[in-house]
Formats: sequence, C-alpha cells, structure tokens
Amino acid sequence: MKKTALSLSVLAALALGTASAQTTIKIASISPLSGGQSNLGTQIRNGAQLAVNEYAPQFKKLGFDLKLIPYDDQADPATGTAAARKIAADNQILAVVGTLNSGVAIPASAALAPSNLAMVSPANTANQVTDRGLANMNRIVARDDSQGPAGANFIAGNLKAKKAYVLNDKTAYGEGLAGEVEKALKAKGVSIVGSEGTEEKSDFSSIIAKIKLTRPDAIYFGGIYNQIGVFIKQLRGAGITTPVVGGDGLDSSELPVIVGKAGANNIYFTTVAAPLEALPAAKVFAANFQKSFNLAPQGFGAFGYDAAKVTLQGILDAARANNNKAPSRKQVQDAIRKGTFKGLLSGEVSFNSVGDRKAATLYVMNVKNGEFVLETSLPVKPPKN
Amino acid sequence: MDLATLLPFIVNVIVGGLVLGFVYAIIALGYTMVYGVLQLINFAHSEVFITGAVVGFEVFRVLQNSELNGYLKLLLALVAAMIVSGLLNVLIERLAYRPLRNAPRLVPLITAIGVSLILQDVLRVIEGLQGRFDLTYTLPAGFSDKFCAAEGSSCAPLGNFLRTIGVDVQLKDVILVVVALVSLTALNYVVNRTRLGKAIRAVAQDRVTAGLMGIDSNLMISATFLIGGALGGISGVLFGMKFGTVNAYSGFDPGIIAFTAAVLGGIGSIPGAVLGGLLLGVIQNLIGVMNIFGNLMGSANLGTIDASYQRIGAFLVLVLILIFKPTGLLGKSNVEKV
Repeated sequence: MKKTALSLSVLAALALGTASAQTTIKIASISPLSGGQSNLGTQIRNGAQLAVNEYAPQFKKLGFDLKLIPYDDQADPATGTAAARKIAADNQILAVVGTLNSGVAIPASAALAPSNLAMVSPANTANQVTDRGLANMNRIVARDDSQGPAGANFIAGNLKAKKAYVLNDKTAYGEGLAGEVEKALKAKGVSIVGSEGTEEKSDFSSIIAKIKLTRPDAIYFGGIYNQIGVFIKQLRGAGITTPVVGGDGLDSSELPVIVGKAGANNIYFTTVAAPLEALPAAKVFAANFQKSFNLAPQGFGAFGYDAAKVTLQGILDAARANNNKAPSRKQVQDAIRKGTFKGLLSGEVSFNSVGDRKAATLYVMNVKNGEFVLETSLPVKPPKN
Repeated sequence: MDLATLLPFIVNVIVGGLVLGFVYAIIALGYTMVYGVLQLINFAHSEVFITGAVVGFEVFRVLQNSELNGYLKLLLALVAAMIVSGLLNVLIERLAYRPLRNAPRLVPLITAIGVSLILQDVLRVIEGLQGRFDLTYTLPAGFSDKFCAAEGSSCAPLGNFLRTIGVDVQLKDVILVVVALVSLTALNYVVNRTRLGKAIRAVAQDRVTAGLMGIDSNLMISATFLIGGALGGISGVLFGMKFGTVNAYSGFDPGIIAFTAAVLGGIGSIPGAVLGGLLLGVIQNLIGVMNIFGNLMGSANLGTIDASYQRIGAFLVLVLILIFKPTGLLGKSNVEKV
C-alpha cells in the first residue's frame, strides 16, 4: 500500500512536471547579417524579432516558449542553403522567415521542402520562387512579373522615355526583374539601346562610356543598392543626369550614403516594401523598432515583421486545430498556405495555390537630395488565383 | 553611328582603361616586389591596399570641413595611407611570414589568405563600430569636375589638347595618373639608384650570399614590405578617389586583377607590373564595350560580349600568356641551379 502511494506521488510529480515545463517552439530567419547587403538583412531579422517578442505571451499561455533563431546567409545561395539544412535538422523550428535574395530563397526553400518546413518570404520577388509550386514557399510581396511592368510603365509613362538602357546584376533577382522590364518596355514601343548584365562592384567605366554614346532617356538597373549605388555615383560623376530606375533592391537608406547626397537625385525605384509612412499601422511599429534596436526601421523591417507574424499566426492556428498541442511542421505549412492573416502592417494576407500573396501593393519611390519620397502606388495581383 | 562619334568614344574607352590601369599597376607593384624578394605571393596585399583606402577615407572625412587646400588634403591622405599600410605590411611579414620562411612554399601562401580574411573583418569591425559599412569618399571641391568644363571656356593647355582629341576626363583622373607616375619614378629611383635598393636587389638575388656580404637580409625584407605596403596605401587612396566608394571587402576583386597584372607583366619585374596593369585596364575596358561594335557591325556574336565578360577576358589573356610565354611579358626565366 505504501509502495503504491509512493509510486502514485511520483507519477503525479512527473505529470505536474510535464505540465509546467514549457515546450520550446522556434522560428528561424535567414537573411544577410554580414557583408554588403547586411543593412537590409538586419532589418528583416529585427522585424521578425519584434513579432516574436509580441507573440511570446500568447504562446506562453498555450505552454510554449517562443524563440527566434536568426541565420546569416551573407546574400550567398550556398551559405543560405547550408543554413536551411541546419534549420531542417532542428526539430523545434516550425517555420522560417526569409530570405532577402531570390537567388538564396530558391535553393533554401528546396532544401526545406522535404521536411515540410514552411517559409514566408518578406522580400523575394523572382517569379521562379513560387512558380516551382513548392508547398512550403510563400511570399507576402509582389512578383517580378508585376514589379517589372510597373517599372516599365513608370519609365514609358511618367518619365516619357523613348530610349532606355537596361542593366542587371546577373543574379536570379536582377536578371529576372530586368528581363520583365525589357519585355514590357519593348511592348510599349520604347527602344532598348543597350541591355547587359554585370557582376562588377566598383568599375563601371565601360558601361558608362556606352551610356554616353547611346544617350538613353532612362536607365533601368535590376540589382541591389550596394552595386547600383556605386554605379550611380560614377554615372553622376561623369556628368550624366539621366534618371535611373530600379526595383526594390534599391530600397535601403544606405543608397544615398553610397551615392553621396549631391548625386542622389533623379533615382526612382519600385518597391514591394512600403515606405513606412504609407502603412497606416506603422507608427507604433516604428517606435518599437527604434526603441528595441536603436536603429531606424525601413520597409524591409516592416515586411520582416509581417512575414514573421504570418508564420506565428499560422503556428497558432495549427496548434489550435491540434488541441493546443505543438503542431507538426506539415500542419504549420498547411495552416500558412490556407490561412487568412489579419492585423499586419501591410494589410490582410492570404496566399494562392502556389504561395503568392493574393493582393499586393507596389510603391514607386523617388530619391530627392538623398530623401525617399513616395511617388505613386498601385495594386497588383499574381497571375494565378 | 558614324566615325566622328565613334572615334572619341574609342579614345575615351582607351584613356579610361589607362587611368584604371595605373591603379592596377601600383597595386601590382606590391605583389611583384614581395615576390621578387621572397618568391611569395602576398595574398594579404589586397587588404593592405584596402586599408590604405580606408585611411584615405578617414583623412578626407576628418578634413571635410577644414579650409585646407584640396591638394594638401590629398597629400595628407596619401602620406597617412602610406604610413599605415606600410607599417601594417611590415607587421604582417614579421608575424605571419617570417616564422614560416623555411616552411614549404604552400604554407606561407595559405597564411597569406588567412591574414587577408582576418584583415577584412578587422576593417569591417573598426568601421562598423562607427555605424559605417560603405565608405563614400568626400573629395575636395573641384576634384570631380571635368578637367576642362564647358565648351569655349578658358582651359589649361593640357585641357585644350584633351578636348581636341575628344577625351573626357575628370580632374581626379589626371591627379591619379600624376600621383601614380610620381610614385613609379620614386620607386624606380629607390630600387635602382640607392644603396637600399642595391641591398634589396642583392637579397632578392641570393639571400644567403647577400648575408655573407654583410647585408641584414631580414631588415631588407622588412624594407621591401614597407615599400610595397606604402605603394599599396597610395593605390588604395587612388582606388577610393577613382571609384568613390569602398568597403572592407572591396579589396578582393582589384587585388586579384592586380595580381594577374603582375603575372602578365612577369612577376618580380617592376616595369612588367606597370605594363601588365596598363594592359589589363585597357583590355578590360575594350572588352566591356565590345557589344557596341557588335551592334554596329550586325554581328550577333560580338553583340553578346558585354561588360559581364570584361573580367573573364582579362583572365583569358593571362591564360594565353602563361601558355605561350610562361615568364610573362617582361619576366626573365628563373633557371634552377642544381
């Protein structure tokens, strides 16, 4: 009798123990935290961290300890894929926020796919990212085949250009975007006086010589701010004031720093990451961001926050459907693809069958004396429903 | 497009290539001097050179609002960069190469790559602590102006000449070439006309025998690293001036190209390094504009060769040289004594 009492009390203690011990749930972020694009990548990580801080109490109520595990991809596909493999091996990670670069997202999401690990991208725009139809890859931003035509419309319509020079950085992102722009420009009767790719990071003299010779009315550069900034600095230095148009890769406060205030004029970019003043709910977010990281938030910070909120709401939905127990990765993946997510900075999010956001917005920004000014915004829809 | 517009274009591309070539040439000298004395490829030179660029940036930044003459600011930037890069190079040799001097050749080569990676991140941390990553050169007023501004305005004789042949350069390009030429002349004088140069050449020829003749070979090797590093510092400032922006990782690409230039000219040979640098600068720029000629001649093949091929083109030239003249253009073959 005494023995049973003892074993009962042991059992009770064990049961209590499991009830009070928190199950850890992690989400991961993959973005460049070092190297030339770390300015944007850090924004994404910080945005995700804010969302995790905000949701941690809700998870706590259900008995979960919520954590963000940030990974650095250095904007490099191989490093990003290696990070994805590490993430897949950590069973407590239920979803991933990332990446900045489409070139990284494509192999990284493929590496996460076999373990049904959902990925929500705050930034990738290349068509290929979702065109592969992976069950785990989602994005909350517009695609290149909407960003490209928007850039082309702007060049032909607002800038009234007759001749354009198209450049790209030879990455999946830049080449895809520049290709879309070129196609749309040709359709609008704008002649393409030059079209080429370059991985060059410092010496643009031969390209600038060609631009001088062909005298385009506008230059489109599909790429990232750290490269295009140097290009614009040299272009302006050579006395060419032709407008330069780019995609969301230019959306960094580092751009005017690289170009130098004097030359940071007549630069336009389409972006999927809204300027914070265009997001109604962004004020509180901006204040929190500034307070937590002592850093001014940018568009990608807001989208990192939104992407993380989508994954966290997805995990909560999956947990509720699973009787408040920790859901499996597959359950989270399905909950994210099928769910509708509210209360985000950029409005309501829901995904189509391949993971594109059903209704997204594109913004055109203008750089004037180093300041970003909202030029115009337009709603866009993915080609599939 | 007619010849009248095309000719100035070609001249401009070649002149642009030569200006760029001078930057490569001075970086290449850093590789070639060290190789000449130690038969070691100092892969950390690209970071020694970018350290010079960072020092130059800091000097221009600090002096940004001062009333000093622009040329004096440049001189201060150059001197500071020479001192820091030169001493850094001496330090690298003392700590990373000297202990390994009798090790197999591959060992110091690997150390060099390691030093290079360490220096990159040290630079990144130093600038990162002040919240900077991309360092934008704030050049003194006028440096970025066209050498000869508006049509019809009065102009120096050199400016008039440049305008006649249709060349379009900025003042900083001219300054860059002048600084490069002065450094080259000074180096040539030191190596060929002074006792120090004679001693360095003796050590390069045969370290042991030079030692027996009373030359302190360690001291001479340090001197070589000091001179090579100082040249690296100069080239760093010139690089920053030319391209406007540098960061801790910008050294790699120009470093590899300058190393290629040194091999192309004949590694170990000072005039070879200069020739190689100038050639690579021009070749790169010409390959970069090849597609324009392709469009004009209606040649689809030529039309696809654009700026993305300019690096590959330069390395292709290197491969051809190594196949047909393995010692490089001006290099002497090194006969192994048995």
